[in-house]
Amino acid sequence: MRVYALPSLSLRFAPVWRRNLLVWRKLAGASVLGNLADPLIYVLGLGYGLGSMLPQVGGVPYIAFLAAGMVCSSTMNSATFEAMYSAFSRMHVQHTWEAIMMAPLDLDDVVLAELVWAASKSALSGATILAVVWILGLSHSFLSLWVLALVPLVGLAFGALALVTTALARSYDFFTYYFTLVITPMTLLCGVFFPLEKLPPAFQVAAELLPLTHAVALSRPLLLGEVPGNIAVHVLVLLAYAAAGFYAASVLFRRRLLK
Amino acid sequence: MAVLAVSRLRKSYGGEEVVAGVSFSIAAGECFGLLGPNGAGKTTTLRLCLGLIEPDGGSIELMQRPVPGEARPARLRVGVVPQMDNLDPDFTVGENLLVYGRYFKIPERSIRERIPQLLEFAGLAARAASRIQTLSGGMKRRLTLARALINDPDVIFMDEPTTGLDPQARHLIWERLRQLLAQGKTIVLTTHFMEEAERLCARLAIMDRGRFITEGSPRDLIAQHIEPHVVEVHGDEVMSWADGEASILATRIERSGDTAFCYAVDPAPLLASLSRRTLRYLHRPADLEDVFLKLTGRELRD
Repeated sequence: MRVYALPSLSLRFAPVWRRNLLVWRKLAGASVLGNLADPLIYVLGLGYGLGSMLPQVGGVPYIAFLAAGMVCSSTMNSATFEAMYSAFSRMHVQHTWEAIMMAPLDLDDVVLAELVWAASKSALSGATILAVVWILGLSHSFLSLWVLALVPLVGLAFGALALVTTALARSYDFFTYYFTLVITPMTLLCGVFFPLEKLPPAFQVAAELLPLTHAVALSRPLLLGEVPGNIAVHVLVLLAYAAAGFYAASVLFRRRLLK
Repeated sequence: MAVLAVSRLRKSYGGEEVVAGVSFSIAAGECFGLLGPNGAGKTTTLRLCLGLIEPDGGSIELMQRPVPGEARPARLRVGVVPQMDNLDPDFTVGENLLVYGRYFKIPERSIRERIPQLLEFAGLAARAASRIQTLSGGMKRRLTLARALINDPDVIFMDEPTTGLDPQARHLIWERLRQLLAQGKTIVLTTHFMEEAERLCARLAIMDRGRFITEGSPRDLIAQHIEPHVVEVHGDEVMSWADGEASILATRIERSGDTAFCYAVDPAPLLASLSRRTLRYLHRPADLEDVFLKLTGRELRD
């Protein structure tokens, strides 16, 4: 049955991606500010405030430790917001998807465009945090440039997972569950605010299964000037979440919209 | 040559057959109307023909391509005006057309050249930079029509193109549709305005409960299904009159509330009878609405 077919990966998604870019450009100022404000307050508030009471964490000042995690968590948040609230608006409220599918484009093209768009926008968000990290002098290594390659992958993984939620959502309220049950625990358990090793062993095992853990396991060494260990494993886990999430979302959107 | 050929099309939702074995064919340059009460299956039929939803059975060929299999390339030559406006609220009038043109892979320059002509056609020439929220319902519908023409389509699907518009806006849409027909475009429209169908469609089908119950030109349908004269009578004693004298004089009487619709080949005896009474009445030629109500019944459909 067509519902379970693999998503067709076609460049047809490009004009839909451009549509979202054109909307974003109209609001870019506010959008970039919003992307920056939230993580900056965390990095500065917790980094300096809490950091002043702490000895070094993981061998570096707490603010540097935290900033290296925030690059990933703010990328995650940005991709999640875009693929849930904004995509849901376009699908369900504005009927933008319906208009696009009356043109010679398929649902698969639209879903791919949403995923790539969420990844693009969140990568920009992650890159902005990276720029702040440099400006604040929290990273001195050229290795940190690899973060620019990492954040799109993080965006793909979390964008895909958020699209699954969007495909199941009946209203905006539904997204609260996803934040409470998935995003918040992940933010707290995956080594953004403190080292994973400080958690009880059972939690550590659970955290190993979550994508954010693997994103942070790459971003932190890179920002602190070290080559991460087990790069292939971390990248593969993120790719697997992106692929599985994208496939599940494609099937669920087809069931929802092509019936 | 058939622009659209549909055979034994079926679609069910939750065990209920919304489209229950529909077959029809539309030739190039024709204006075909799909009439029916709410819930008759008109919109579902259109969506199936465009390949937007999967049929449960039957076959569809749009622009000589099987649907839904090759619906996407078939839609390159198709324009669609949906029932609900789905213009992009984040964009201006001009941007809506530009972005939509890109979905068809039309070169950027061609789209930009085409936009002023389309806005002119839609009576929105001065509105290129307006935001969508500032447009009236009629303007939005005209813009949706302009958007449907961005790819210079051979066939245009319109789902209730004038629902919710005031008479001025409606007449402007009709005039534009006639221009498109004169250019040789094919139009497939759904409507529940008989007036609209009678004015525009060379051929139409009346649909109810997922089936076509009749098909033909508006004039043929009236001639085939209904007596040529209607006398609508209302007033307090209308029913006793309808049950008595009128029942012999009229060929057929339909009752709805306190109105009797008397259908007759020769209205003279009915009018003579009414002239001796105080009942209020209206004598008019039978129209498509009479056919529609006869075939689909007078009870409400919600």
